[in-house]
Amino acid sequence: METLLEVKDLKTYFYTTKGVVKAVDGVSFSLGKGEVMGLAGESGCGKSTTAYSLIRLVPPPGKIVGGKIIFEGKNILELSDEDFRKKYRWKKISMIFQGAMNALNPVYTIGDQLAEVFMLHEGLTKTEAMSKVYELLEMVGIDPKRARSYPHELSGGMKQRVMIAMALALNPPLVIADEPTTALDVVVQAQIMNLLKKLQREKNVSIILITHDLSLIAEIADKVAIMYAGKVVEYGTAEQIYLNPQHPYTQALLRSIPRLRGEISKLEWIPGTPPDLIAPPPGCRFAPRCKFRMDICTKEEPPTIEVEPGHIVSCWLHAKK
Amino acid sequence: MVKLFEPVPDEQTILYVKNLKTWFPLRRGIMDVIKRIPPRYVHAVDGVSFKIQDGDTFGLAGESGCGKTTTGKTVLRLVDPTSGVIGYHPRKRLLDEWAENGYEPPVIDDYGNIDLAKIPPRHLKPLRKEMQMIFQDPYGSLNPRLTIYKILEEPLVIHKIGSTKEERYDIVAKALEAVKLTPPEEFMNRYPHMLSGGQRQRVVIARALILQPKFIVADEPVSMLDVSIRAEILELMMELKNRMGLTYLFITHDLALARYITNKIAIMYLGKIVELGPTRRVLENPQHPYTKALIAAIPDPDPRNRHILRELPIKGEVPSAINIPPGCRFRPRCVVYDNTPKIQKYCEAIEPPLIEVEKDHYVSCWMHGEPEEIIKLLKK
Ligand SMILES: Nc1ncnc2c1ncn2[C@@H]1O[C@H](COP(=O)(O)OP(=O)(O)OP(=O)(O)O)[C@@H](O)[C@H]1O
Ligand SMILES: Nc1ncnc2c1ncn2[C@@H]1O[C@H](COP(=O)(O)OP(=O)(O)OP(=O)(O)O)[C@@H](O)[C@H]1O
Ligand SMILES: [Mg+2]
Ligand SMILES: [Mg+2]
Repeated sequence: METLLEVKDLKTYFYTTKGVVKAVDGVSFSLGKGEVMGLAGESGCGKSTTAYSLIRLVPPPGKIVGGKIIFEGKNILELSDEDFRKKYRWKKISMIFQGAMNALNPVYTIGDQLAEVFMLHEGLTKTEAMSKVYELLEMVGIDPKRARSYPHELSGGMKQRVMIAMALALNPPLVIADEPTTALDVVVQAQIMNLLKKLQREKNVSIILITHDLSLIAEIADKVAIMYAGKVVEYGTAEQIYLNPQHPYTQALLRSIPRLRGEISKLEWIPGTPPDLIAPPPGCRFAPRCKFRMDICTKEEPPTIEVEPGHIVSCWLHAKK
Repeated sequence: MVKLFEPVPDEQTILYVKNLKTWFPLRRGIMDVIKRIPPRYVHAVDGVSFKIQDGDTFGLAGESGCGKTTTGKTVLRLVDPTSGVIGYHPRKRLLDEWAENGYEPPVIDDYGNIDLAKIPPRHLKPLRKEMQMIFQDPYGSLNPRLTIYKILEEPLVIHKIGSTKEERYDIVAKALEAVKLTPPEEFMNRYPHMLSGGQRQRVVIARALILQPKFIVADEPVSMLDVSIRAEILELMMELKNRMGLTYLFITHDLALARYITNKIAIMYLGKIVELGPTRRVLENPQHPYTKALIAAIPDPDPRNRHILRELPIKGEVPSAINIPPGCRFRPRCVVYDNTPKIQKYCEAIEPPLIEVEKDHYVSCWMHGEPEEIIKLLKK
């Protein structure tokens, strides 16, 4: 499979008055064309910051301070802001922002808001843009007549469909979806996931799905990256991560999920809380919460080990072997 | 013989609700008044009946806006019911306190249950010592300007429990220990923002339990927390339940979670219960088309799912709780209705009651039982 995106040792820090928040601290992964990757982890582990880094919209006081983001063979961190904005953002890499369905402008119709994307980026006239808008709405399962609706006239699910339409408008090869269903009910969530799956297949678009919900990632992802405190601690195919998890964090996360089907086994939890990203603990950042903690874990950072082809784990348990 | 659901109390019953309605009036504009447009209501809770036995963890599930929180608040009288009965089994302590204040509550059956719906507002205060609510949002439900100590002491002061400061200090310390915030001294002087989400939710639980209640409405107590720490809070709640002899009305939109901790469950749709029964039976053998759709929609951590599209046997969107569809309120979204001509006239005209489909398992759908026979029973 052709590689679309390669992230290498990405570091994005927030320079706050209290200190440097190492929100993304050496993240690496790669994504093939038409592939879907899930990015999971607890609140505050750096998922959204990773996403913002990929479209170069890290809010101040944040800054990308290291690493490479190679997209279609080019390190996009080397592009000027102007070049990136004109040639990449929305055209090649687009994003569905966390909570963004409530950020639709209340005073414009959704048709106008979608049309603007085409007018701004492709220089179309209003009439040309509107005919594209109707196509787009149809594609995401909204009656094109709804183009004249204002955001408040739409349900949460419909607003999220509009956000998806916006992200797909310019046919980008990569779409980042940050918690696209968090505020939605299960039935609507399942409908949105079906829509994403369908569009992904039709357009062969690559997707990075960000969510804390591993069940949701299983709905669509070919690959999964598990993040903890600014680092990817395990990375592999969906089968590897769900059926043969190797990092104690991944294992515990999976055992904490209540399941509707199959046997009821005792739910596990992960004691304690994730570390402060200003002063993370030395050694492995998960060590303070890990039930397999050894001496070395609190002293030295664990190495990154490929336990089977394509399955990568950062954990001392695997280093000894 | 068909059997319809009736909340009939017995010795074990702690709370039963009969045809409970809570409607919120919509604000009327001046033109509405001039044009004599009749007042309109949000039918948040629209004829709900259920029965909770001592020691139950009774689940109340359904999608956003279906009326779960309003039901919970109404049974605690934090919101006033529009109509209906809320039968509750009071402790002697509560009856004594009311008697001291010269109030005698209305007893409505042979088991000494009283109708909470009839308690005048000025006599509600003693009820708080028996019935408490754990709110969904551990961020919003704690006053950010008070220390944890003050937050926990407040209910003691209001209800005049612990005559001295020392006594109250002791009670607060014990409450913190009970929710495993130890050593308690370390937490007392902190403010809510100095705690993690999980710790804050423990404080919320401690506050609900500090008056030693016996009935708790837990409104989505873990939904704001990371999945990784939910089980810890749930286990704590279950341990406290056993230790203090509590009964929970557990509100959740998460059926998978409900499967782990509730023994009975009611599925709500648009202000009404559409399916009711022992949790296992309802989730393993769902009978209402809505319950079936909900279950079909729930993802699980199985990577094979990515190869298929989920089939969702439901159409359209939830209508507003202002204009409830006539007949069966689920009909506009029901695929069973579409495919079953012989029941359509019933679905269109008459709201189906809760009909027994297996022992203790009830479903509000005309697919079950003989409609004419049921209608006869309804007329009685
Ligand atoms: N603008 C900012 N200024 C300072 N710190 C920030 C800022 N944005 C994020 N952070 C910090 O960076 C870390 C990562 O945050 P991020 O939003 O990427 O997490 P997340 O994994 O997306 O969490 P969630 O699941 O809650 O959305 C957190 O510790 C957060 O507090
Ligand atoms: N104080 C109020 N005034 C007017 N309408 C209200 C009030 N409280 C709730 N409602 C409405 O009543 C209906 C039921 O709301 P409720 O909060 O009980 O639902 P819920 O099932 O708890 O939803 P969620 O899962 O989102 O918490 C909704 O339509 C809501 O907008
Ligand atoms: Mg985020
Ligand atoms: Mg609620």
